[in-house]
Amino acid sequence: MGKFLEVKDLHVQYKTDESVVYALNGLTLDVEKGETVGLVGETGAGKTTLALSILKLLPEDVGKITKGSIYYNGTDVIAAGKNEMRRLRGEEISMIFQDPMTSLNPVLTVGEQIREVLVLHFPDMTKQEREKRVDEILTLVGIPPERKSQYPHQFSGGMKQRVVIAIALVAQPKLLLADEPTTALDVTIQAQILQLMKDLKQKLNTSMIFITHDLGVVMEFCDSVAVVYGGEVIERGTIEEIYVREKNHPYTEGLFNCIPDLGVDTHRLHPIEGEVLDPTLKPAGCKFADRCRYCRDNCKKSNPDMYHIGGTHFIKCYRYTDGEVQTNE
Amino acid sequence: MKKQITEKNTCKKSSQLKMIVKRFGKNRLSIIGMVIILILVAAIALAPLYCSYDKVIQQSLSQRFLSPSAEHFFGTDQYGRDLFARIVYGGRISLFCGLVTIGIAFVAGMVLGCAAGFFGGMTDTIIMRFCDVLMAIPGLLLAMAIVSALGQGIGNMLIALSISQIPREARTARSCVMTLRNQEYIEAAKTCGTSRFRIIWRHIVPNILGPMIIDVMMGLGSTILRIASLGFLGIGIASPTPEWGTIISENQINIRYYPYLGIIPGLFIMITVLSFNFIGDGLRDALDPKMKN
Repeated sequence: MGKFLEVKDLHVQYKTDESVVYALNGLTLDVEKGETVGLVGETGAGKTTLALSILKLLPEDVGKITKGSIYYNGTDVIAAGKNEMRRLRGEEISMIFQDPMTSLNPVLTVGEQIREVLVLHFPDMTKQEREKRVDEILTLVGIPPERKSQYPHQFSGGMKQRVVIAIALVAQPKLLLADEPTTALDVTIQAQILQLMKDLKQKLNTSMIFITHDLGVVMEFCDSVAVVYGGEVIERGTIEEIYVREKNHPYTEGLFNCIPDLGVDTHRLHPIEGEVLDPTLKPAGCKFADRCRYCRDNCKKSNPDMYHIGGTHFIKCYRYTDGEVQTNE
Repeated sequence: MKKQITEKNTCKKSSQLKMIVKRFGKNRLSIIGMVIILILVAAIALAPLYCSYDKVIQQSLSQRFLSPSAEHFFGTDQYGRDLFARIVYGGRISLFCGLVTIGIAFVAGMVLGCAAGFFGGMTDTIIMRFCDVLMAIPGLLLAMAIVSALGQGIGNMLIALSISQIPREARTARSCVMTLRNQEYIEAAKTCGTSRFRIIWRHIVPNILGPMIIDVMMGLGSTILRIASLGFLGIGIASPTPEWGTIISENQINIRYYPYLGIIPGLFIMITVLSFNFIGDGLRDALDPKMKN
C-alpha cells in the first residue's frame, strides 16, 4: 500500500465548443494520513478542479481526465464505478464549499440535510441513533441541537458554515477537501471556524486538503504546502521549509512579496508582474516563464522537473537544478 | 429552560408558512377569490343534502321556461328542469374534471420537466421538442382532435385536456430545474454521495413546488373554461348530464327569449375562472421569495 492519497501526473481538460482549457497539466500531490496540505494558488490555477477530480465530479461532457492517476487508500478513483464512488463520497471523502450561503438547500431544515448523509451511508442506523448522531455533530460544531429544525435562512453566515462543516463531518470521512471554507466569512468568524476545524481534525484524525489563497491561514493551519500554478504543483514542502523564505520558487516569492510587511514602511505593494497564464495555451516551457524575472532561455523551451532542495522540499524551477540557487548571469 | 428553547424554535420553524399566509392575506382580490371558491366547493360538495339529483333530470312540460322564483331559484329550461339543480350538479363535474386534469398535468409535467431540466442533453431535446409540437397546436383544437379520435366521454375528455396541458407544466418545471441544477447545494449533495434521483426528489422538487403551484392555479381556471368550451361545442360531457358548458349549449336556441338560461351558467363559469386566477395571482406574490417584507 502506498500513500493515503496519491495524485500522479493528473491532466484535466475542459472542452467547450470554442476552445480547450487545460486546467491541470501533470499535477502530482501526495497526502499522508492525518496530514493537512495547504493548496495555494491564484484563481484559475486548478485548485477546485483537483478537488472535483478526486471526487470524480468534474462537469459531465465538459471536464475530462486525460492522463494520470488518482489513488485513494489503494482505490483507483478513476477506474472506480458509480456505486463505489457514491460510497466514497460523503463516507470516505467529503468536501466543504466556499460559500455557505449557497451550499445549503433553502427548503430543507439543517437537521434534514445532516441526516441525509447518515441515511445514505448508514441505512442500518435506527432513527434514534441518527437523531443522536445529528445532535452530537451539531454540538461538536457549536450549534445548539435544538436548532436542527430550523431552515438555513434562520442562520447567520458563520453558523451556516458550521452546518456545512457538520454535514461534511457527520459520516466521519477520512479525507476532507476544504475549498476556501473561510473566504466568504469575515475575519473574526474565520478565526473561529479555523479553530473549530483544527480541533475536529485532531479529534477525528482526518486528512485534509485545504484550498485557499491566504498564505497566513495556511501557515497557521496546515502541516505542509503545495503551491499550484498553471495546473501544476510548482513547490511542495513543509510549512517551515517554505515559510523560512530562503529558497522559493519565483512565483512563491512573488506571493510572499504581495503581503505587506508590518515592520517595514512600504508605500506600495509588489504585485507579481503580468497576467495569469491563459489556460487555453499550452506552452512548452515553464508556465511561469513569462512573468518570471529570473527567466532564462531554457525556461521557455522545456518544462523543469521537480528538483529536490532538502528534506521534503521540492521546487519546479531551473534555478534549483542542483538544489542550490544557480546564478550564471 | 430547555423546553422554552424548543417551544421558541418550533414557532420559528413555521414562520415561513406564516409569512406566506400573511402575504397572501394582503392581496384583497385573492382573498375574495378564495372565499368564493370555498363557498362554491361547499355548495357543490353538500348538494345532495339540499337538492336531490332527481330535480336535475326530471322533466315537466307544464313548468317550461319559468323565470327565477322562490321555487326555482334560477328558473327552468325548455324541458322544465330546474336550472339551479343543474348548475349545482354541473359544477361537480366541471370542478372535478378540472382538478383531475390539472392533477395529471401537474404530475406528468413535473416528471418530464425534471428529467429534461436535470439530465439535459438528448433527454432534454427529445422531451422538449415533443412538447413544442404539442404546444404548436392550440389547446382546444388539440383536445377536440383527441376527443374526436378517441370518442366522446368523460375519460377521453380528461385524457385530451391533460395532454394539452402537460407541455405547459413541463416547460415551467424545466426552467425552474435548470436554474437550480447549477446551485452549489446540488453540487454539495453530490459530494455527499446522493444519487441523482434522490437529488431530484429531495432537493429539487421541494424547491420548484412554489412556481409549479402558481402555474397549476392559473391552469385550473383555463382548464375549467376549456371543459365548458368542449361541452358547448357538443364534444365534451354529453347532455343530459349537466355540465356548465353543456347547459349553455342545450339552451342556446332559447337564449334570445329567456336570457337567464345562458347568463346564469355563464356567470358561474366566469366567476369560478376569475376566482382561480385571483388565487393564482395572490399565490405568485406570496410564494415569491424576493417579496420579503
